[in-house]
Amino acid sequence: MTHDDIRTAFLEELVKVAPDLDPEGISDTDHIQDDLELDSMDVLNLVAALHVRFGVDIPEPDYIQIATPALAAAYLATRLAA
Amino acid sequence: MGVFQMPSLGADMEDGTLVEWLVNPGETVHRGDIVAVVETQKGAIEIEIFEDGIVQSLDADLGSKLPVGAPLATILAEGEAPPSAPVAPVIPAVDATPTVAVAPTPAPDVPKPAPLTTGVAASPAARKLAAERGVDLASVAGSGPGGAIVLGDVPAGGPGAVVSPTKAPASPMVEMRKAIASAMQRSKREIPHFQLSQTVEIQTAADWLAERNAAVPPAERILLGALFMKAAALAAGKVSEMNGHYGPDGFTPAPDVNLGVAVALRGGGLIAPAIPRADTLALPDLMAAMKDLVARARAMRLRSSEMSNGTLTVSSLGESGADAMAGIIFPPQVALLAIGAPKLRPWVVDGAVVPRRLITFTLSADHRVSDGRQANRFLAEIDTLLQTPEAL
Repeated sequence: MTHDDIRTAFLEELVKVAPDLDPEGISDTDHIQDDLELDSMDVLNLVAALHVRFGVDIPEPDYIQIATPALAAAYLATRLAA
Repeated sequence: MGVFQMPSLGADMEDGTLVEWLVNPGETVHRGDIVAVVETQKGAIEIEIFEDGIVQSLDADLGSKLPVGAPLATILAEGEAPPSAPVAPVIPAVDATPTVAVAPTPAPDVPKPAPLTTGVAASPAARKLAAERGVDLASVAGSGPGGAIVLGDVPAGGPGAVVSPTKAPASPMVEMRKAIASAMQRSKREIPHFQLSQTVEIQTAADWLAERNAAVPPAERILLGALFMKAAALAAGKVSEMNGHYGPDGFTPAPDVNLGVAVALRGGGLIAPAIPRADTLALPDLMAAMKDLVARARAMRLRSSEMSNGTLTVSSLGESGADAMAGIIFPPQVALLAIGAPKLRPWVVDGAVVPRRLITFTLSADHRVSDGRQANRFLAEIDTLLQTPEAL
């Protein structure tokens, strides 16, 4: 899975959790809570969706590492390679 | 024989437009079954029936705007003979277009409301976009929870899109804002509010929860907010002056704690459906109930009982934001608990200043029903409960 594939998959799950987001309008540096207005319930749903999609269980202390699409793609790539 | 009436849809909604029947004459229904869908200022509400029986007749027309209490259907008890006289009126053929006669006459310069919201579950942002693009939501397939239409489902206007003949007027968000304004104005006019705040150390609770969540997959994790909800529900069970409804005959304490949860909608606006008997739910069950409620609130597909059964509402700012908030009570309830964002702050423990996670609870209460003493007891109870999170 390439970096771009991971990023695309992350954005797909993000938009499923927060269906009112426009995927075209999300930038790599948008903070999912501060900029995209996800609340803690949305973040938990996103983490659960990523667990199903990638098989990667993101522990709570690591939530900060998926705070933007760029961070998330890098983090997931590292976890998938491990 | 019973007449099934339009139930209360919450303090801020006096009527709704009947858009869908989910039962037919002759069908057996049970208490709690969803029998109809009504469109309101706060989206489509699923109407539940409150008795067992057989549907004798459907007595309200699709598309009619009906006040709370209007007869919707005639229900016969099991084994009861139908009345000899035919029950009128007969339900007309299903028509996708709402009855024009019931729509208020628009001012000359205001375009006629397009039938954008009729019986369709859609998120506020999707409704807004559809209104802007002139897209009839009835023509759109939804991909959200329960088939609800979400932003990405709304097609661009233009060839291929079903475009309503008139440009859409005020967005549904304006309608929701009106509903909120009406309830809050009534509250501020009628309820003598007073507020008490208490800052509570939640380090113990946060640490306990982090340890619990570290041991389970994401789907089983619990949010700090669920602990606060449980503590609020238990405190409401102990301090009866905070839990119930105020009506023409004064205050009636509620036998159960149906905890209203204020849910912010992404397009703007707020809705506060209730979780029935929240005080009796184990934490994982309460968390599941909250997830379900938030998802359905955002898809604007709630049930009538959830809109009217709340006995105390909790409103939380979430994980970041202001320290404290003083809320307005949602009538006919008599108290509202507002929760600020948790903060890491200096705190004195055994004579030493140490960093601790703190949160400020602010209770708005109704002075017709309670005094500072009961409000104080409610907040103290929450503080005590949160110090032993494993017991919640």
